[in-house]
Amino acid sequence: MKKTVGLFAAGALVVALSACSTGATPAGSGGAAGGAPNKALDQIVVGFAQVGAESGWRTANTKDIQDSFKEAGIQLKFSDAQQKQENQISAIRSYIQQNVDYIAFSPVVQTGWDAVLGEAKAAGIPVILTDRAVDSKDTSLYITFLGSDFVKEGKEAGDWLVQQYQGKSDPVNIVQLEGTTGSAPAIDRGTGFADAIKANPNMKVVASQTGDFTRAGGKQVMEAMLKSQPKIDVVFAQNDDMGLGAIEAIEAAGKVPGKDIKIITVDAVHDGMQALADGKINYIVECSPLLGKQLIDIVKKLNAGESVPQRIVTDETTFTQDQAKEALPNRKY
Amino acid sequence: MKNAVGRAVAHRLFWPLVMLVVLLAINVVAVPGFLSITVNNEGHLFGSVIDILRNGAPTLMIAVGMTLVIATRGIDLSVGSLCAIAGAMACSIILGSPTPNAVGTVTVAVLVALALALVLGLWNGFLVSVLGIQPIIATLILMTAGRGIAMLITEGQILTVQSDPFKFLGSGFIVGIPVATIVAAVILALVALLTRRTALGLLIESVGINPEASRQAGVRARGLLFTVYALSAVLAAIAGLILTSNQTAADANNTGLFIELDAILAVVIGGTSLNGGRYSLTGTLVGALVIQTLVTTVYTVGIPPIATMVFKAAVVTAVCLLQSPTTAAALARWRTRSASRAASPRPGEAVVSR
Repeated sequence: MKKTVGLFAAGALVVALSACSTGATPAGSGGAAGGAPNKALDQIVVGFAQVGAESGWRTANTKDIQDSFKEAGIQLKFSDAQQKQENQISAIRSYIQQNVDYIAFSPVVQTGWDAVLGEAKAAGIPVILTDRAVDSKDTSLYITFLGSDFVKEGKEAGDWLVQQYQGKSDPVNIVQLEGTTGSAPAIDRGTGFADAIKANPNMKVVASQTGDFTRAGGKQVMEAMLKSQPKIDVVFAQNDDMGLGAIEAIEAAGKVPGKDIKIITVDAVHDGMQALADGKINYIVECSPLLGKQLIDIVKKLNAGESVPQRIVTDETTFTQDQAKEALPNRKY
Repeated sequence: MKNAVGRAVAHRLFWPLVMLVVLLAINVVAVPGFLSITVNNEGHLFGSVIDILRNGAPTLMIAVGMTLVIATRGIDLSVGSLCAIAGAMACSIILGSPTPNAVGTVTVAVLVALALALVLGLWNGFLVSVLGIQPIIATLILMTAGRGIAMLITEGQILTVQSDPFKFLGSGFIVGIPVATIVAAVILALVALLTRRTALGLLIESVGINPEASRQAGVRARGLLFTVYALSAVLAAIAGLILTSNQTAADANNTGLFIELDAILAVVIGGTSLNGGRYSLTGTLVGALVIQTLVTTVYTVGIPPIATMVFKAAVVTAVCLLQSPTTAAALARWRTRSASRAASPRPGEAVVSR
């Protein structure tokens, strides 16, 4: 309860802005969806354009959203873009044509959305961003962004590392496995991590390559890095799956993951947590995929004519190896 | 002497081989120990070259099947999706079995996956040979629908399998050599023997060069087309199983994503024309190696992710340009001119000799 109040307070500033933008919508199209609140829940149609199923995280996210909608009795139209922006744009266009009440989507990449979101706005369909943000100056193009703070995730990963090597001045060679080039989590986690270790001149990211958030990508990149880098102390994988791939590459090279080479990842999906509990990963920053409930809340609020803050951060934590052993039996994904 | 050099340069594999050597040289400059191969404590060969041979194996297998398809003036776009289907099928069987670590379970899973791929390959062959649909369209159907089939099998999840016999396929070693590499080598050798030591290769080429003339000469194109598409599908399934095993998870969306393009590129770099007819399996081998070395180079040299695509495009463009007949003719002209200028001051003869 306290949290909701907090969110409203935080959103108070934004309300003025979003009120402005709603006012700017052409009066004629206002009647279509955005301006017809208070529909019965089973009359609401939400179009959701998912990124794909590139990782265990994403499939958990998909399942939670689908289950939450089923539970709430709200109609969900779901599409899978297979990590391609053009697929996602055409999915959003088709939702606009079908005149759904709300559009929710996780942008594959940060840029290039102004045109299609402008179309949604012109059609009076409110857009909710989930999990990933868009890089657009025009914030009136979407109602709210529900998702994790990726910069904070990267920073927490870096902070833990700094803490581990506190008081030591030996060089720490870090390799980074980046996510899909150009995607928000890849850019922001990289920024947060770099900020956190900036103050320690002995910590250096000696190589950074994209593993495309996939296990196969992480494995192949790590294989090559193990050969091209004379000494690797730490792997920062921007998601669990790449970290899991890296573990296999490290084992194949005859080294012990978690001991010879420390591994930090972000996400905390089941396989990742298992590896953390097994001692192969050293630290995981959670990035919760369970956005379904919060997304339903947003839809309900908008339907009731209420306003929502423009930025809603998901509840998240971090895990050490011991915490993982404890938490593992109760994990939903 | 000059003539020998000229012949070597004119050989269709000259430039791809040069590119391969150049890529390897770049790596050696960046990481001096790049070519070194050591034996690790488990008795496995270990080194970047081994990585190239292992990670390039799936592309090579698919490219071998693709070579024969392209030789019949066809193309198979569905191989990437078939990778995903085969991986999904095998993983769901292994996960559904009470004994995921039994060799028997994995054998059944692999055989069912291959059989499914065979059926889908025959479907491609049926569309192309019986219904006469253009290959690019016929296989596009399975390319787009195939990932959907794989998603249905995995129910949209990424299926992680913990099965040692299955893992062996993608990450295992036999006498120190990666299993994937051995499988690819055996496939290449078998297909080469089967098509080059018998008339099969000739018949495939004849169908590609002139389907009507070969029909009138008594070549039964229909059976040949069924065979090449079925073979392509089965090889894609084997590649898919290796990819899936290598990442210990069936990923309906990403397994074998864009591998059809890599395979086609490998075939083209190897000098086989997309217009069908003459094909070269050796060329395909070189092509597949160039592509995988390119990927490894990006990681080893540390080319920034943002520039990766541009780097790859530049290399591929260079290979294609150097290989094109127009460039070859221009080079030949330039050589003749400089040769005749060196030999005699009479410019008239140079023109004649051209």
